[in-house]
Formats: sequence, C-alpha cells, structure tokens
Amino acid sequence: MVRAHLYMAVSLAVASSCAAFSSPTLAGLHVASHRGGAAHSLCMAAQKPALSRREAIQAASFLAGAAFFAPRESVAADGAFSLPKLPYAYDALEPHIDKMTMELHHDKHFNAYLTNLNKALEGKDAKSLLDIQKTAIKDGAMLRNNGGGFYNHGLFFNTLGPASESGAPSPALAKAIESSFGSMDKMKEEFNAAAAKRFGSGWAWLGVAPDGKLVITSTPNQDNPLMEGCDGAKMVPFLGLDVWEHAYYLKYQNRRPEYIAGFWNVVNWGKVSEYYETFAAKGVPVNWA
Amino acid sequence: EDSLSAHNMGIDLPPLPYAYDALEPKISKQTLTVHHDKHHAKYVTVAKGMIDGTDLAAKECKEILLEAHKAGNAGLFNNAAQAWNHEFYWNCMKPGGGGKPTGDLLAQIEKDFGSFEEFTKQFDTAGQTAFGSGWAWLSWDGSKLVVDKTIGAGNPMTDGKTPVLTMDVWEHAYYLDYQNLRPDYIKAFLDSLVNWDFVAAELAKVKK
Repeated sequence: MVRAHLYMAVSLAVASSCAAFSSPTLAGLHVASHRGGAAHSLCMAAQKPALSRREAIQAASFLAGAAFFAPRESVAADGAFSLPKLPYAYDALEPHIDKMTMELHHDKHFNAYLTNLNKALEGKDAKSLLDIQKTAIKDGAMLRNNGGGFYNHGLFFNTLGPASESGAPSPALAKAIESSFGSMDKMKEEFNAAAAKRFGSGWAWLGVAPDGKLVITSTPNQDNPLMEGCDGAKMVPFLGLDVWEHAYYLKYQNRRPEYIAGFWNVVNWGKVSEYYETFAAKGVPVNWA
Repeated sequence: EDSLSAHNMGIDLPPLPYAYDALEPKISKQTLTVHHDKHHAKYVTVAKGMIDGTDLAAKECKEILLEAHKAGNAGLFNNAAQAWNHEFYWNCMKPGGGGKPTGDLLAQIEKDFGSFEEFTKQFDTAGQTAFGSGWAWLSWDGSKLVVDKTIGAGNPMTDGKTPVLTMDVWEHAYYLDYQNLRPDYIKAFLDSLVNWDFVAAELAKVKK
C-alpha cells in the first residue's frame, strides 16, 4: 500500500506539470492496466478540467490510506494486468489498417501476450510494467516475449487513431524532429527504412537518446529499447511500429513498405506528442497504461 | 537480370511442385501465390544480386548460405538460406499428404523418438514455440533424427545436420488462412500436407 501511495504522489506531481493536452473522455479512457494503475488513471484524469465522481472517490480512498478502493473494471483483485480497450473503433483506422486486422491484433495477439504475462507473474512479487521491461531479457523468454509484447502493443494502439484526427506534432516535438533529422520527411524516411529492413518479426521505434536527441532504431521480436541488453540504439521510445506480419498481412501481404506508408496516416500526433513531452523528453519510459 | 553474370546458377526460383491451388483448402491458392511468387522470389532475387560478380556466383545455394554464415554476412545468409528453406519446404508438402510414413523412415522415427506420436508432439511444439518468424525441422544429425526449431532464416545445416523435413512458421506462411491460429496450421500440415515420400528419399540419401 505504501508503494501505491508513493506512486500516487509521483503521478499527481507529474499531472500537475502536464500540459493541458486534449485527453480522452471518461468513456474512452481505457482501464488502467498495471499495478498502481488507479494512480495513473487519476494522473490522466487530473489532466482534465474536473474529476468525475467515481475518480474523486478513488482519489479520496487512496489518500485516506483505505485498504479497499472502488474496484476498476476488469482488474483482478490480485493486481494482474488487464487488457485495455482500443481507444477507437476497430474500423477507425480504415482504410490504412483494416478492421479485421485490428480485431485480431487487439483481441487475439495483444490478449495472448497479456494472458501469458499474467501467467509468468503468478506467485511472484508485484512489479510495474516498466520495471518488467528493464530486466526482461535477463528474466528469460516468458517475461521477455510477453512482457515486451504487452508493453509494445499497449503503446502502439494508444498512438494510433482515425486519420481525420491524426493532427500534427506539438511545437516541442516538431522542433525536436527538425533539429534531430532536419525535417519530418527525413525522419519518416529513416523510420521507414528501419521498419522495412527489420528481418522477420520486430518493431521500429522513434525515441529519445540519452543526450536528448531523437533517434530511430529497430528491435527483433517483442524486444524494445527499454530492455537492458537490447540490440540497437539506447533510447526511450515514444512511437513504435509493429512490423510482425500479423500487423499487416491480411491487407498488405508481402507489401510491407505500403503498410509503413499507410501507418503515418493513422498516427495520433496529439498522443505521440504527449508521450514525448510527458515521458520520453524527460528520460522517463512512457507509461501508457 | 541481364546484368547478372552468366555463371549465376546457384540460386534460382523453381516453380512449385504442384498447382497453386493444389493444397486447398489446407493452404489457399492466394497464400501459395504470394508465398512463392513474392516472398520466395524476392529472397532469390536479392541473394542473386548479392553474389553477382563474386566467386560465390558459381556455387550451389547450400554452399552459399554456409559460406555466408561462416563469414558473418547476415544479409547474404538471410536471403540465401530463405531461398534454400523455401524450395525445401515446397517439396515437403504435397496434395493428399500427411498422416503416417511407412518403411525405413517410420522405423527410424520410432527408433529415435520412441514413437511416431512422440515425434509429432516434438515437431508440433517446435513449430508452436518458434517465437516470431521461424521454422520447424526434422534433421539427421549424423546418427539419428532430431527435431529443431530455428529463428528467421536459420537452418540446421549450419550445425552440420542434414534436414529431411521442414515447416515454415513465419506468419506469411499461414496468416491468410489461419490468422493467429498457428496450431491449426501445424495440425493441417501434419495431418494433410507432409510429403513423406520426399522425406523418406532425403533420409535415404543422407544415410547412404
């Protein structure tokens, strides 16, 4: 409980320094899906003008040190991770990413990583999703593949959205892109190349290097740059692209470069900017839950 | 293609041993068309381009992938090995295949695994647990048959083994037909597709 309070305090501190981004409505706010998640959903809520009554009760319970708090939907009492809903309809990314792919990708692939991650954590001490990433390679295949898979897909789905709402990078992110790559087009060119060149299954990432510059890298399978010992550039990723074939095969088959090009239409730059400014630019791993 | 050396015979794209719709409904015509004409074809084209004008251009595909592996040339290995792997894979399947082998091959499997069922269990597990993109293999290791899984373009020949059977578990091999249900694809492969005649011939060749 003490840990939850500490986490809560940190979350509120972060929330108070958050810029006023347009945040999802309460209905769209997916279930916080990690231990201590209530604190983070309060962080998200704190960015809104007012807490809902439900959130206010949760906040009061935490602060009162109550052992019991209002149960969140689909979180098990033992603190196992749960599957966040997509922040948009399954067909919202059409025609760039098709409905059936989103259904399978979210309901089957993402869900399988979740199930296996929870299985791998049974009987072990509670650990945050971010802590799991850190030692994932050392901790062996189950945590590496499923801890990574769960983190990567949660981040991915949150950074996508309908093409009509794609928007543009925030001034801060736009500045960082320009100073690191020369232009948005040059950044995309490098990102696209990394995504196309990744042999077999993996991810391409845009993130912040230790010196604050934006860099691009790719990782195999479900590895990500947060994992100690990971191949590729050291960085805090805030935008990733899944290039496992399941991410694009139904619509694009072998035409991965077409999928990569289509992806840019459905990047939610508001969310990506938020992740950049709130987390990555500060050298902090993105806590998407 | 005109710019490629006339000696470049080591890597080519053979046609499928059967019609594109021959493995329906277990593997669709669309899958075989894309898998052979796009994926396999591209590995061949890229590998040929990489060896063009080098002394590897006159060599066999197997030698090329082994040399690339030895030299740590990941790009050439990936493409040459994938060219080899796919040609082998097509031959490991046939319409009306699957089920149980007979004769020397069955005897060898029973000797080395205890039972045919134990072999299928290990092969199925290898296919299911090759994380990401990979292959399941039955190979001769010099004295017995063994099951392996490899990642990416990996091939047991780099360990000195001789493959006699392979199954592609890259998602492109099954996603159009089975989506996330890789176990169902593996079951279809074992029950209905394996060309045991080819496997038996490969084993006989290596045991000679």
